[in-house]
Amino acid sequence: MTALLPRRGLAQILALVVILAVDRVVSPQFFDLRLQDGRLFGSIIDVLNRGTPVALLSLGMVLVIATRGIDLSVGAVMAICGAIAASLADSHGLPVVLAAALGAGLVCGLWNGFLVAVLGMQPIVATLILMVAGRGIAQLITEGRIVTFTSPDLVWLGNGAILGVPVPIAIALGMLLLTGAVVRGSALGLLIEATGGNARASELAGVGTRAMILAVYVWCGVCAALAGVIAAADIMGADANNAGLWLELDAILAVVIGGTSLFGGRFSLVLAVLGALIIQTMNTGILLSGYPPEFNLLVKAMVVLAVLLLQSPKLSGFAGIMAWLRGTKP
Amino acid sequence: MTFKALFAASATAALLLALPANAAELTIGFSQIGSESGWRAAETSVSKQEATKRKVNLKIADAQQKQENQIKAIRSFIAQNVDAIFLAPVVSTGWDSVLKEAKEAKIPVVLLDRDIDPSGKDLYLTAVTSDSVHEGAVAGEWLAKTVGEKACNVVELQGTVGASVAANRKKGFDTAIAKHANLKVVRSQTGDFTRAKGKEVMESFIKAEGGGKTICAVYAHNDDMMVGAIQAMKEAGLKPGKDILTVSIDAVPDIFKAMVAGEANATVELTPNMAGPAFDTVAAFKNKGTVPPKWIQTESRLLTAADDPQKEYDSKKGLGY
Repeated sequence: MTALLPRRGLAQILALVVILAVDRVVSPQFFDLRLQDGRLFGSIIDVLNRGTPVALLSLGMVLVIATRGIDLSVGAVMAICGAIAASLADSHGLPVVLAAALGAGLVCGLWNGFLVAVLGMQPIVATLILMVAGRGIAQLITEGRIVTFTSPDLVWLGNGAILGVPVPIAIALGMLLLTGAVVRGSALGLLIEATGGNARASELAGVGTRAMILAVYVWCGVCAALAGVIAAADIMGADANNAGLWLELDAILAVVIGGTSLFGGRFSLVLAVLGALIIQTMNTGILLSGYPPEFNLLVKAMVVLAVLLLQSPKLSGFAGIMAWLRGTKP
Repeated sequence: MTFKALFAASATAALLLALPANAAELTIGFSQIGSESGWRAAETSVSKQEATKRKVNLKIADAQQKQENQIKAIRSFIAQNVDAIFLAPVVSTGWDSVLKEAKEAKIPVVLLDRDIDPSGKDLYLTAVTSDSVHEGAVAGEWLAKTVGEKACNVVELQGTVGASVAANRKKGFDTAIAKHANLKVVRSQTGDFTRAKGKEVMESFIKAEGGGKTICAVYAHNDDMMVGAIQAMKEAGLKPGKDILTVSIDAVPDIFKAMVAGEANATVELTPNMAGPAFDTVAAFKNKGTVPPKWIQTESRLLTAADDPQKEYDSKKGLGY
């Protein structure tokens, strides 16, 4: 467990608790839970359910950022894979639909990885190409329309439940455990961090940095594909113009809130997902509060600023409190 | 007959077919924005249908959401000496110089769907647009009439914050229900005109309003958000269309599907037929010299579950929405 949740998670947990408490104040029924058609129902479930796409994106993004990269294309990849899934849903079985969508995500990831690892492009520019072109590709697939489907199997991925837990939440949890097991259960995580810390030194020490970089972009593409399929399943349709729009920024934000440095070299999967939950807890709270929508972005920016200030090493006063909480000297 | 002769004959036939059917026929250039939404695609297909109906030779240039492409298209239409130019402007400013060129060439310009900056009023013949304040008012009046004297808490799904359409549709609705003290908007949030956000916002409205029991009606600034909201209501165990009334704007095919299923009550149509009235205006201007008013308002039809939604769905589904 210590490998998954390092000591530095305190600021994030504190932030989440504070935002949850504020949500409870603006909406007294925030923690109410009941079963509705065999599915848990309540605001807290909304937070987890709506947070799923960004949580999945952040799982891939955190690994990319750990190698000192960035992937701006995840929102567009979501749109492409959602469009593919929706187009095939009514004519093919779920295995084919998932294979096609995840396969497309994998190809997108390979493309990004190829540009960065093999051609040596700057990640921000390399992935910007797919960010712009990807939405166009998605629009070509859907012909600019919202492609709807009725396939109960695919709808189940967005709206079904396993033992009362909505399927998207179960998928996100499963992906977190899988990713954690793969990168922390082996030396992979360390090699990824080494690549981000100092690529040249790692290369000389025998780390296959090129393969590492390629692998993280591929994983990022697959995670984005899954997020895209879930987003399409949720609304029973693929909206190429809006699916995943600006979510790449939320994913990067989730990773940063989770304390992972954009300069690479270290990462935490659990805290990145926690970052995604912090963002969604805040979003849901804003929707429940009844404030005019003009304030949404302002409130969001203020909370993000507060969370990042909590983590700032220069704010020594807070560092003192944190150390006191941990029971050690600053 | 040799292959060569056959080829020559068919080429001649193709050439003859390409020639205008009669000399009096109008040639009109239409600078369309691009494929920004389903409605835009429907507008393009309806424009083609209306042109065929009137035997107008319509040339459509897709600007791919770029003003410079639209300006290029207008210049090329001027060079081809078309009879009139239709323009669906992607932005409201920066048209003065190219419209002056059209004016000097004595080619009338008709704006479709969107207006431009007021400084250029004398540079175009007329603008054919819908009145989004009126659309909101039609929705509000339908709700007031349907609810009657009963107290009714309304939740509102707004369009994108800052979009003029969203502000206008809100204003029209608010003005219409202001006369009825029993109607009250209790919650209003933006759903960004999308299904996903419409669903998410409706989920939170349901939780904030006692599981949806105190909500009497939903008003959405477009049908897509309403389709999302209908899903949220169903997942919460509510019956949209019965427990909670729905009224939205646009009239896209999927809202009629929901009406057929009894899950939606009413929509206000934003007609994709902007070109039809524009063709008639240009024809009257060219043939009889009739100068139209500066603004031609399109009809905002109210369509409810009683208006044969299956027929509306069938007539709209092929248009590219």
